[in-house]
Amino acid sequence: MTSATAAGASAAPAAPKSRKSVTGTRKTVAALFLLPALVLLGALVVYPIGYSVVRSFGDASGDGFAGFDNYKALFTDDGIRTALKNNIIWVVFAPTVSTALGLVFAVLTERVRWGTAFKLVVFMPMAISMLAAGIIFRLVYDQDPDKGVANAVWVGIHDTFAQSSAFPKAHPGRESPLTAQGGGFITRTAVHTGRPVALPLVGVAPDQMPSGAKKAVQAEPEPGRITGTTWQDFTRGKGVGRLGAVDPSELGYAGMRIEAVKDGRVVASAEAAADGTFTLPARADGARLRLPAGNFKEPYNGVDWLGPSLVTPAIIGAYVWMWAGFAMVLIAAGLAGLPRELLEAARVDGANEWQVFRRVTVPLLAPVLAVVTVTLMINVLKIFDLVFIIPPGSSQDDANVLALELYRKGFSEDRPGIASAIAVFLLLLVIPVMAFNIRRLRREVRR
Amino acid sequence: MTTQVRTPPKAAHVTVVRPRRSLAARLAEGVGGGLVRMFLIVVGLFWLVPTIGLLLSSLRSPSDMSTSGWWTVFGKPSQLTVESYQKLLENGDITNSLLNTVLITVPATVLVVVIGSLAGYAFAWMEFPGRDWWFLAVVGLLVVPVQVALIPIAELFGRIGLFGTVFGVILFHTGFGLPFAVFLLRNFFAELPRELLEAARLDGAGELRLFARVVLPLGGPAIASLGIFQFLWVWNDMLVALVFTKSGTQPITVALQTQVRQFGNNIDVLAPGAFISMVVPLAVFFAFQRQFVSGVMAGAVK
Repeated sequence: MTSATAAGASAAPAAPKSRKSVTGTRKTVAALFLLPALVLLGALVVYPIGYSVVRSFGDASGDGFAGFDNYKALFTDDGIRTALKNNIIWVVFAPTVSTALGLVFAVLTERVRWGTAFKLVVFMPMAISMLAAGIIFRLVYDQDPDKGVANAVWVGIHDTFAQSSAFPKAHPGRESPLTAQGGGFITRTAVHTGRPVALPLVGVAPDQMPSGAKKAVQAEPEPGRITGTTWQDFTRGKGVGRLGAVDPSELGYAGMRIEAVKDGRVVASAEAAADGTFTLPARADGARLRLPAGNFKEPYNGVDWLGPSLVTPAIIGAYVWMWAGFAMVLIAAGLAGLPRELLEAARVDGANEWQVFRRVTVPLLAPVLAVVTVTLMINVLKIFDLVFIIPPGSSQDDANVLALELYRKGFSEDRPGIASAIAVFLLLLVIPVMAFNIRRLRREVRR
Repeated sequence: MTTQVRTPPKAAHVTVVRPRRSLAARLAEGVGGGLVRMFLIVVGLFWLVPTIGLLLSSLRSPSDMSTSGWWTVFGKPSQLTVESYQKLLENGDITNSLLNTVLITVPATVLVVVIGSLAGYAFAWMEFPGRDWWFLAVVGLLVVPVQVALIPIAELFGRIGLFGTVFGVILFHTGFGLPFAVFLLRNFFAELPRELLEAARLDGAGELRLFARVVLPLGGPAIASLGIFQFLWVWNDMLVALVFTKSGTQPITVALQTQVRQFGNNIDVLAPGAFISMVVPLAVFFAFQRQFVSGVMAGAVK
């Protein structure tokens, strides 16, 4: 009751001022409303900042004073240096790529009727945990092209354009006319026209033989040309078939490349037909025949996405998958707020779509793009879960980032001093944004 | 009016440029409907395939998983089985951790909403010395990285016996959820029509009744956004729980994380586990898209 009367009395003179208060509340009531929030913020957010700053100057045990040693470690410790380097890569690429994709998606979805469905699909990963996203991409990036979809697609594309070699593990058998040379094989003696050459090998598993291979055929002698056969000189069953001769049921090495080498130079080359036969012109007379190493490479196995060199870009890919939707939604909202007349005016003036996009849309969206990029930068600075989950143990050191290094130093290596220095460093990096937020809001609060 | 005035010089400018733009013009024409649609479909597939891969992987037996890719399901649908899910739900550690996730997420969300709206109301409608400065200070805390608090709070919780407890994790999430809550709710409450509050005041409502009967109901949309945001943030958190829980109090994210260390042998635990942990956030996301989006917009700088 008393507070109500008091309110009536003080609210009236306060009304004309822009400061809003209906009530003229007693300070104790205001304090009670604020107390829970301020206590929790003080104990859980503000106190740790102070503690971290103090702790970052302490030594490992926490009893002594270490000066700037922990901060020096930031730039000398190998683990932290890698983390710092990766963090820079992250901060430069992850936000810009996400924002650029978000911009493209936001602009393009305006032109199709099912734009909303598309946005939903791209935005959805934001709702799931980074842990789940990490597991999802661990599967995607699996090295084995029979399991990881990224390599399955990549190998598919690769094999469409590049010829895959068909004969890994092929090698000369006993008493072979061939000898190993530079990963391939070469005849021990020179070959001559009119005398068919035999190039037998063994060791190709039946299911690895090219699907077009036919029964091998003994090549006919041809005057003025070199003919020959290359085939799998092996018949199932012990002692069956003759060594170095084409037997029925033995298959030709369809597609095997053969080079004629004279004085170290390739003078002619050919490719074996489905039955293993091949023909070389007369200029190969007196040369030795070589089966070059290209025939015997292992089949292409895709990219080692999570290996040391690609692991960071691969994880950034997973991050972009999660956050491009965020950029897209914010930019789409900004786009909806643009004055349509301006875009129309530009079109009427004869600007094409690209010019409208480049000269009108993007400049008008600049503030939104800046907010999105800065938000993502702060987010990326703290990236932890994805880097913790996606890399296999062998490349985790190469994928290291500051937040992960802080966790390791603080909780597995028990070096809280250095961990605190990393924490303070992270905090310093976000302070400009903090100041920007406060300045922007102060204008609003003072309305 | 201004556009009319500005049109002539602009048109002249474009005419000058026209001869040079032929390549760009042709490109832009090429980017007509068909190409745009193609591009968006390919991108959409890019975004869907990883999740579909996880789902189908979770529905295959471990022996199938070790020999062939999940996409072979399309040729041989008989591979599909819920075996992994059955086994997972019989696993006491996993079900217990799911329960922990709920026990952490729900209170942490409720606490942030309640405490945040009390403070938001005070910052919006009460008068006390230094009000705006206090508010700006809270806003400044928006961008403080969680990592800064891990070591100090672990030490603090250790001293007062909260380390490893569900309550400790709830407290931590509440503390770090508050800056955003106060920021969002104060701004929303401040826009409420003054006349409504004054009318309630004249009817003799005390501060608490004014808050509960007028401000909270009117603040519904903002509170919903905040609730959804905080819910997803806590549900999806791994780092905080990784530091502050121990084996009995782990949420699902931490339980799965320990399995990741042996990745390859236990995809039959990871894939269904990850999918189960995603079901609730996805349901919340699809049910409350609008609130989620407005929360995202408001918190763009968190």
